[in-house]
Amino acid sequence: MRIDFTVNGRPREADDVWEGESLLYVLRERLGLPGSKNACEQGECGSCTVRLDGVPVCSCLVAAGQVQGREVVTVEGLADLAGQRSRGAVARPGEDTGLSPLQQAFLDAGAVQCGFCTPGLLVAADEMLERHPDPSDADIREALSGNLCRCTGYEKIMDAVRLAAARRAERG
Amino acid sequence: MDFLRPAGWEEALAAKAEHPAAVPIAGGTDVMVEINFDHRRPEYLMDLNRVGDLYEWEVGEDAVRLGACVPYARIMEHLRAELPGLALASHTVASPQIRNRGGVGGNLGTASPAGDAHPALLAAGAEVEAESVRGARRIPIDAFYTGVKRNALAPDELIRAVHVKKADGPQQYSKVGTRNAMVIAVCAFGLALHPETRTVRTGIGSAAPTPVRARAAEEFLNAALEEGGLWDNGKAVVPSLAQRFADLCAAACDPIDDVRGTAGYRRHAVGVMARRTLTWTWESYRGARRTTEGAA
Ligand SMILES: Cc1cc2nc3c(=O)[nH]c(=O)nc-3n(C[C@H](O)[C@H](O)[C@H](O)COP(=O)(O)OP(=O)(O)OC[C@H]3O[C@@H](n4cnc5c(N)ncnc54)[C@H](O)[C@@H]3O)c2cc1C
Ligand code: FES
Ligand code: FES
Repeated sequence: MRIDFTVNGRPREADDVWEGESLLYVLRERLGLPGSKNACEQGECGSCTVRLDGVPVCSCLVAAGQVQGREVVTVEGLADLAGQRSRGAVARPGEDTGLSPLQQAFLDAGAVQCGFCTPGLLVAADEMLERHPDPSDADIREALSGNLCRCTGYEKIMDAVRLAAARRAERG
Repeated sequence: MDFLRPAGWEEALAAKAEHPAAVPIAGGTDVMVEINFDHRRPEYLMDLNRVGDLYEWEVGEDAVRLGACVPYARIMEHLRAELPGLALASHTVASPQIRNRGGVGGNLGTASPAGDAHPALLAAGAEVEAESVRGARRIPIDAFYTGVKRNALAPDELIRAVHVKKADGPQQYSKVGTRNAMVIAVCAFGLALHPETRTVRTGIGSAAPTPVRARAAEEFLNAALEEGGLWDNGKAVVPSLAQRFADLCAAACDPIDDVRGTAGYRRHAVGVMARRTLTWTWESYRGARRTTEGAA
């Protein structure tokens, strides 16, 4: 079947999609967006987290056919999304916005080791910071409780999210 | 495989009548795991995401009519006051990502003995609104679970909503697992006090082939509370009473040994949770009584 939906603000289509295929597979294998990672395919690890109509979900558990006509944001779209938020406007097409402030904070805090969990954590943390610009540690832990990391021990990830929130507060 | 995309409820019922083997997919948090791992290859998948009224709820006089697809995250956010037991149970499900997609309709569809909604629904009192092109019916929650991962739905039926009685007293939900997030229950226990009818209801998860109520324990406790005049005098539940209730709840279990725990552990843990949830809810009932009486 054919699926038309919006990915990171752009209309995309995928052809010859198998009816039992996941959104994760469509993103990675059909649309060339390998940012969302495939680690468990059973909702346990969160490394495939994307936003579906704004809401964080495991893309491995969304059937491709369910996203027809809907909006998906992946880790590849976070920089654009951050740009839109800070300018309150749509990014110009083709504009290279580099990394989002949250992505930069992950690098600066040393929250990335092998990096496999990072895309999912970024998408989940980014959405949490929209809801809680000044998050408590409990807010962060709750929002990231569905994302596993086997390398960092999570402390640097906590640091990174706190750093991103603090930098945003400074910029006002 | 075919992907059916009904745009509304009537269309969904018609599709299910035409293809009774079609597998409905709501949040997909059970269905997609099975498909990803090749445990299931349905001929038809039927997407419920487009059936808007399945995502709505109405708070009525006595009950909440909860659309089958309302995600756990919404229940936690909006129905904590009306359905405290179910809201607590919802919060223990998996992770934010799963709670944003999965809901009670899917939990009932799977009917796993470990499903977290079940003990809360059993304790609160609920009816499942099932419908097919042949008509609609209400299935009492006690009659819904018919075996391990089996339920009372006919092949052409879909769950439209669950009618859950609004809390008229304190409710609690307790779950044993190895950590706080992403844990399927080793066993679980729901308890609701119903001061209006002077009854206590329970629900046990993961400790029998289906979710069950501890009926003998309920009857014993109802009689003891009545006899001691406790609903009126607001006295504490004495430890011996709580212990007898806990023992009867443990006796209501019919658990198995599996990777998550032994039968003996489950029975023990259900007893502990029964005693604790009774104490928590009863203390909260007494506290509320004191405040209302103090204010009167
Ligand atoms: C990582 C992970 C952790 C989990 N942890 C928990 C947990 O802690 N506690 C827990 O209880 N569950 C847990 N689950 C299981 C699952 O999330 C729940 O059972 C959830 O409630 C399913 O809802 P859903 O909408 O995603 O169902 P789906 O997967 O869409 O459907 C589940 C079943 O119900 C049927 N169905 C769905 N809607 C209807 C309807 N309206 N009418 C008739 N049949 C219907 C489907 O055909 C299917 O058989 C977990 C799952 C994952 C992947
Ligand atoms: S790959 Fe989706 S949660 Fe692990
Ligand atoms: S950095 Fe390796 S899993 Fe998180």
